[in-house]
Amino acid sequence: MVERVVVGAHYGLRDWLAQRITAAIMAVYTVILLAMLIGGAPISYAVWQDLFTQGWMRVATLLFATSLAWHAWVGMRDILMDYVKPAGARLTLEVVVLLVLAGILGWTIQILWR
Amino acid sequence: MSNAVPGKSRPKYLSLPALLFEIRLPLPGWVSILHRISGLLLFLSLVWLLFMLDRSLASEPGFDAMRRYAGLLPVKLALLVLVWAYCHHFCAGIRFLFLDLDHGVDKATARLTSVIVFAASLALTAWFGVRLW
Repeated sequence: MVERVVVGAHYGLRDWLAQRITAAIMAVYTVILLAMLIGGAPISYAVWQDLFTQGWMRVATLLFATSLAWHAWVGMRDILMDYVKPAGARLTLEVVVLLVLAGILGWTIQILWR
Repeated sequence: MSNAVPGKSRPKYLSLPALLFEIRLPLPGWVSILHRISGLLLFLSLVWLLFMLDRSLASEPGFDAMRRYAGLLPVKLALLVLVWAYCHHFCAGIRFLFLDLDHGVDKATARLTSVIVFAASLALTAWFGVRLW
């Protein structure tokens, strides 16, 4: 273990790990959703709506959306850290990304529990 | 670099033409930068995709409207690009997870797995494209 000076930073490990765990969650959801769509009846409105109103599917989709928001936050922050050097512009864009992701999460909840 | 001489001027291959025409990325490099580009693309289209999910689940007329909307040629092409972005991000992501676990890091295997990533994501895109077209 490397001796570290505590400066309040968490050295990125938590984000790195979170990005990978959320990726795995989304991958599993993707495979399940595809299996349901391909294996099920031809997609009409009734089939489509039934799928997303089942209790477990609501929770699974919310889990997916939460993972997506977290995953996209880490990814977008990486991109901004790499290409946007002025601190003000970077902070502004980071806030925009966070607001968009928070908004998307709220919107998803609204769509699922309508 | 052990033989680097401080102060010596070196060529900087970071101009746009150099990035586009001179630097030749190895295949794993293409997997990596396209993973980033596809991720950015997916983030930028999130609101649009969620809008379509919202309308399609809200009501039957909304569902039919979205089905017609997705049938428009430009929309269809944009969706196909996003399908590719998702497939590439998915396949390359799984490759990176294995790399994180120290599997397939030697040059030959890394090159082979990047070929597999390209082949798999393009094949998946073609399959979804044919099914959805």
